[in-house]
Formats: sequence, C-alpha cells, structure tokens
Amino acid sequence: MKQLVTGDEAAAIAAKLARVKVISAYPITPQTIIVERLAEFVANGELDAEYIKVESEHSALSACLGSAAVGARTFTATSSQGLMLMSEILFVASGMRLPIVMANANRSLSAPLSIWCDQQDSVAVRDCGWIQLYCENNQEVLDSTIQAFRIAEESLLPVMVCFDGYILSHTAEPVEIPEQAEVDKFLPTYKYPYLLDPEKPITMGAVGVPEYYEEFRYMLQEAVLKSKEKIIEVGQAFGRQFGRKSDLIECYRSDDADVILLTMGSLSGSIKEMIDEYRGHGERVGLVKVRAFRPFPAKELVDSLGHAKAVAVLEKDFSPGSTGALFSDLSGAFVNSRESPLLLNFICGLGGRDVSSLQIREATKAAMEAAKTGEVKKTVRWLGLRETMVGLKP
Amino acid sequence: MKLPPSTIILKPGNSEQNETGSWRSLKPVVDSKKCNGCGLCWLYCPEPAITKGKPVVIDYRYCKGCGICANDCPVKAIVMVEEGQK
Repeated sequence: MKQLVTGDEAAAIAAKLARVKVISAYPITPQTIIVERLAEFVANGELDAEYIKVESEHSALSACLGSAAVGARTFTATSSQGLMLMSEILFVASGMRLPIVMANANRSLSAPLSIWCDQQDSVAVRDCGWIQLYCENNQEVLDSTIQAFRIAEESLLPVMVCFDGYILSHTAEPVEIPEQAEVDKFLPTYKYPYLLDPEKPITMGAVGVPEYYEEFRYMLQEAVLKSKEKIIEVGQAFGRQFGRKSDLIECYRSDDADVILLTMGSLSGSIKEMIDEYRGHGERVGLVKVRAFRPFPAKELVDSLGHAKAVAVLEKDFSPGSTGALFSDLSGAFVNSRESPLLLNFICGLGGRDVSSLQIREATKAAMEAAKTGEVKKTVRWLGLRETMVGLKP
Repeated sequence: MKLPPSTIILKPGNSEQNETGSWRSLKPVVDSKKCNGCGLCWLYCPEPAITKGKPVVIDYRYCKGCGICANDCPVKAIVMVEEGQK
C-alpha cells in the first residue's frame, strides 16, 4: 500500500515493520520525528519494544550495545551533533561486532551552528567501522532500513542508514509500505551467536592487548569488506520479494557516457533530471550513485567509471585541508588502474544550501571541458560560493 | 588458535589464571600486632587480594600494589614498602 510519508516516518515505519525489540535514542533535529513516531508506536501498543529514554546520544548508543549483546533487534536514530556525541561508542559497536541499525538524518556540523542538510556528519565518522548506506528518496529510506537489519545481523556489523535532512527527512513522498507478513518473511528472528546470558557468563569487550589488537582490527576490516557481498545479496533478495532491488551503486545512463557525475544521497534525483535533459540534446552524460559508502565499492566504481573521459564528483562534505571524502576515496580506487578518467571534485550544498540545476550544469560543463581538452584546470571547486564574500573577488 | 570476531571471552573465571602480582612496585606489609581484623582493607581491596582475619592475609599473586588498604587502615597496620625490600 502506498502512503504519503516523510523520510523520518519511513525510517520509523521500517523499524516497526522490522519488529525492533529495543529503541534507545535522543531527539535531535532533523531526526526527531523518527523517535517520536516510534515512541507513539510503543505507547499505542502497535510495537512490542522497550523504549529506553536516555540523557544523551552517548548513552543512547551505549544502551544499544547492551541490548544488541543480549540478542535484541536494536534501533537508534540521530543527526549531526548527536552522531558526534556518539562517536566514541560508534567504534565500540563495530569493534564488538554488534548488529545495531541506526538512521542518520544528515545534517551539517557546528560551527557555524546549522540545523540544515549536508553529509559532513556521517562522512566524518566514515572510519568507525559501520556500514553506511545513503538514500536517494523516501522509498529507499524504508527499503534500506529494512535491509539494514538483515545485513547487520548476517555480517555482525552495525549499519547506518543515511538520508538527507529536510530534503528527505521532512519531505513527504508516496512510499510503498510492505505488508507485515512479507517483512517477517524477509527478516526472520535472529540469534546473536555470542549471546550475553547470565546463565552462561562470558566476557564481552575485553581489553585487546598489543599481542591481539591488530588481529581484531584486521578481522573488522575483512568483515566490512566482505559485507559488500552481503549488501548485494540482501539487495537482490529484497528485489525478488518486494520488486525493488538495491546494490552498492546505481548506474543511470552511464554505460556509454563520456562524462559521468558521481554523488550520494538525494542529489542523485536532481542529477537524474539533468541527465535526461543532456541526453535529450544528444550529450553522453550519465550518473553513478553511491549507495554504500562503507564498504567503499572501489572495484565497482572503477568498473563502471573506467570508460568515461571525465568524472565529476559532487558531494556535500569536505575534509578541510584535503578534498571531498568521496573524491579522495575515488582517487584511491583508481590508484593502480592502468587508465583513469580525469577526476573533478565539486563541493556543494553545504549547510542546507540548495544545489541548483545551474550548479549541476556548471559541474557538468567543467567535466565536459576536461573530457574535451584532456586537462583539469582546477581539481576542487566549490559550487555556488559567493566569491566576493570570501575575498576571492573585490 | 582462531579468535572470536571481537574480544569475547567465552570461558568465564579466567581472571584467576591471570596473576597480576608482577605489576606491583610497592608492596603492602601487614603488622600483625597492630591489625585489629576490622576488615576495611578487605572491603576496599579492588582485586580482591585480601582474606579476612586477624591479622588479614594478603595474596601477593594478585595484589597490584595500589595501596588503598594501607591508606584506609584505621590503625595504620599496613605500610607500603618498595618491592624487593623486606
């Protein structure tokens, strides 16, 4: 059945359909609606779950560690500063291999204080050992959240489902809501293999002395790399059952494209519109959308971008003193390839600034120019930057 | 030996096998004449490496030498001496 829901509501409905047993979260804009809806579901008796109220995000995720350790399907949600406050525990969750699912409504980081969208928050914690999935629309928020539980439980890794704040979190779209029985079939009750059980005491999260630490970190690396197969497998299984399959990346009219735009999140939708326009004029332009940012689909990106002359990476984050994170990862992916397209980086949409069709055209034009001349004039550019304000122009 | 995926110890009670006495640089020594057997040191010992009695008995296999017992003893029956001294 299709319903008109916001991205936040889609995430909450997905968690309910997954029959989560424990929710521990702290409200923060623009994620708050998720935990409000879940609180209502529990209060109304629609969802049989423990709703743990806490005093901070640090505690929220800490409570999630405990509930995942006793084998309860566990969900939390946050944004921005909340994710930063969780950052210590993020590493604990992945290091302890606890299958927690979190929704992150992407919001920029302070300072300057901003409640609006960019992807700096989740990108900043890309090294925390969580799987990160980025959504283009509210349907993907629902689908990816349901899939996230199966990916998490079968990989023993926590999964973060990221979607753009306000652009998705507060915007209503028609979303196909699956039947409970169907979701039950897709997500059977699971059993955590190292259950914390007073009857059979074990120690969890013990110290990793120098003789062991490196081995545990290597196993985490292997697990996150291997989760690529699981993301594909679960995405296909979801497709067979619900008719909408997911993958690590999505290629949109890019197979024969000379110029490819690469991005993640809701910007993909806007770019698809532009691609259709370019194609209408006979320009060979395409889009590749990154759905899984961690594990990074390096091989898949090299395979699907390798034939292009130029790739423009548009992203709502940057690493001060370096480039955008997606761009630097992509550059790394091509490092030992015999041939690489020219790579251009466009920082855009920071702090909730709309990325206009004009800006997408500007990026495409620069990439086309590079494709034509074989030269990149400027590797990293900021779209929509008002140059007089920063002293670049008088 | 294949490790579990995280630092999970499946067999409980192994702290008994892990003798921590070698960590010590200062060693608590009980003056059996002064000790009144009140048990405060036993209560506060974080290990626990003290057996109650009059005088109390310290298990040097596990005592890390933190000195809480000496600090809390109301009759000053415990003194910390450098390891290697009598």
